[in-house]
Amino acid sequence: MSAVRPIAMRDALLDRVWRAMSTDDRVFFVSADFGSPVLDRIREQFGDRFVNVGIAEQNLINVTAGLALEGYKVFAYAIAPFITMRCFEQVRVSLALLSQVRPMNVSLIGVGAGYSYVVSGPTHQCYEDLSVMRALPSVTVYSPADHVTTAALFDRCLGERGIKYLRLDAQVLPPIYDAAPPDVGAGFHVLRQGEHVVLVATGYMVHTALKAAERLAAAGLSVGVVDLFDLGGFAAERLRTVLARYAGIATLEEGFRGRGGLDAMLFEFAARRGLGVRMLNFGVEPGYRFELGTRGELHEQVGIGIEAVCRGVSSFAAEVRAAVGAQPECQAG
Amino acid sequence: MDDSMSPEEFAQVLRAKAHWVWLETLAVHRRAPETRIASSLSSVEIFTALYYGGVLRFDPKAPLADERDRCIISKGHGSICMYPILADLGFFPVEELQRVCHSGSFLGGIPDPVIPGYETINGSLGHGLGVAGGVALALKRQGKDRAVFVVTGDGELHEGANWEAIMFASHHRLDNLNLVVDDNEISMLGRTAQIVSHVSLVKRLEAFGWDCAEVDGHDVVAVTAAMQRMKIAAAGRPKALVAHTLKGHGVPGLEGADLCHIMNPKPEVIDRLLEARS
Repeated sequence: MSAVRPIAMRDALLDRVWRAMSTDDRVFFVSADFGSPVLDRIREQFGDRFVNVGIAEQNLINVTAGLALEGYKVFAYAIAPFITMRCFEQVRVSLALLSQVRPMNVSLIGVGAGYSYVVSGPTHQCYEDLSVMRALPSVTVYSPADHVTTAALFDRCLGERGIKYLRLDAQVLPPIYDAAPPDVGAGFHVLRQGEHVVLVATGYMVHTALKAAERLAAAGLSVGVVDLFDLGGFAAERLRTVLARYAGIATLEEGFRGRGGLDAMLFEFAARRGLGVRMLNFGVEPGYRFELGTRGELHEQVGIGIEAVCRGVSSFAAEVRAAVGAQPECQAG
Repeated sequence: MDDSMSPEEFAQVLRAKAHWVWLETLAVHRRAPETRIASSLSSVEIFTALYYGGVLRFDPKAPLADERDRCIISKGHGSICMYPILADLGFFPVEELQRVCHSGSFLGGIPDPVIPGYETINGSLGHGLGVAGGVALALKRQGKDRAVFVVTGDGELHEGANWEAIMFASHHRLDNLNLVVDDNEISMLGRTAQIVSHVSLVKRLEAFGWDCAEVDGHDVVAVTAAMQRMKIAAAGRPKALVAHTLKGHGVPGLEGADLCHIMNPKPEVIDRLLEARS
């Protein structure tokens, strides 16, 4: 039984914003006509530090930049694909570039990671944000898997200068960290130890990874699980040590496969850090689809469902074990 | 400007200063032909009025001091005339003007906010007004009496983000926000009226809830007076000054040519104009 009641990531975050606004008059909240019940409290109590710019994401970002230049710690809030891609040029110019020469503290809160707006189709679903936001060197990308991590990341958002993007799920997900929040400074958390193969997942896919690991364990296959929630700012040497124990890494992301997201990041990390591992990538089959279904059904269609992951990891683990087993013979030969 | 000056003396000083800025801008372009000259000549009197006409509060030794009025230059490429102005006022050493577009210089073909005196990113068009809206809102909410000026071109107003900002500013009654449009009527490939016509910028801005005035953008005395009136007006509406200007002002062959944005006057033409400097 979980000790922590599941709530939406955005409500966990907005509750922290609301509390911060009551003690820090430098916190400002800007929305692009996007709400939540907790946001109503902010609007009512701190109307002088709240503004709804309307359905106008370009202006959302530029107004945010102006507020940040005048010393506000700004939280800008909209649906994930719109706060990243509708106004990418504004994010790049008015935030990413400008924050390199002016002190700015901005957190972009995007709600609706991956397929979390299940029946809304590809306009409101978001499979590209990890890649495009990662392309901006001065933007920190956070991709938490539960509301506990989200709330813990709030402190970094508030306390650290620069531009941060928080990719939040729109659905209420069960808490993963029901005992204590993860060490957000590390940027990742080892959820499960295993042999030979480790699943490195981000966001919603951490839940899939854990379920897959349990099911595989029941079938006699022990795999590790790592939740990577800070894409770029994680403790690199510590992650290298964790991953070096494995001969195979499987990445899991609710974003396009092979388009510069988590998979590319791990490929690059492994290559740079000299991890001679095999890699398997679970990501959304590239292409836009318009079929309706549950999130689980959609995930199976695009290759990231629990069944697809279990199947893929089983055969991957067999390959990896065979390779590991064969290695001494090769060397001896 | 000295308070003891008569209005006539003040007008004379302003006109002389505008002419000096015009010449020095040509001189910068003569050394650095990568700079955009035509759109930097249409805005000479606008920037002269802002910086020498007593419109803006600023401190060259502390360019980001909180007491300053904010001047956001959105038409980046078309503000090369700011280089001699900022050097003359002491924002950076005059010698830097010799190194425009050189390796290691901070004065590029498009100004960046690493230049003392520049507030924000410029040149990627259509961002300045939105950022200025955020700055103006912040100053209002903090109860600070500072003016925000933003200078755009008319071609730049084709960017839709401007109109999001224009709606935002009037809704939030940002009467500390002052937009100056360098209405030179030409963007890169021709006349804005023929590309996508603004029909009447004044009527459009007024329809969006802005107070609007027009001025001959090359009459520096009139521009200064209009800006001073605009700055003190606080009727709960943002304000715009549409300055009618000539792109490539004063340079034969360049002035008003449809493609002047991408034209460079011949060096000998500039040299002849610069002879007046000595």
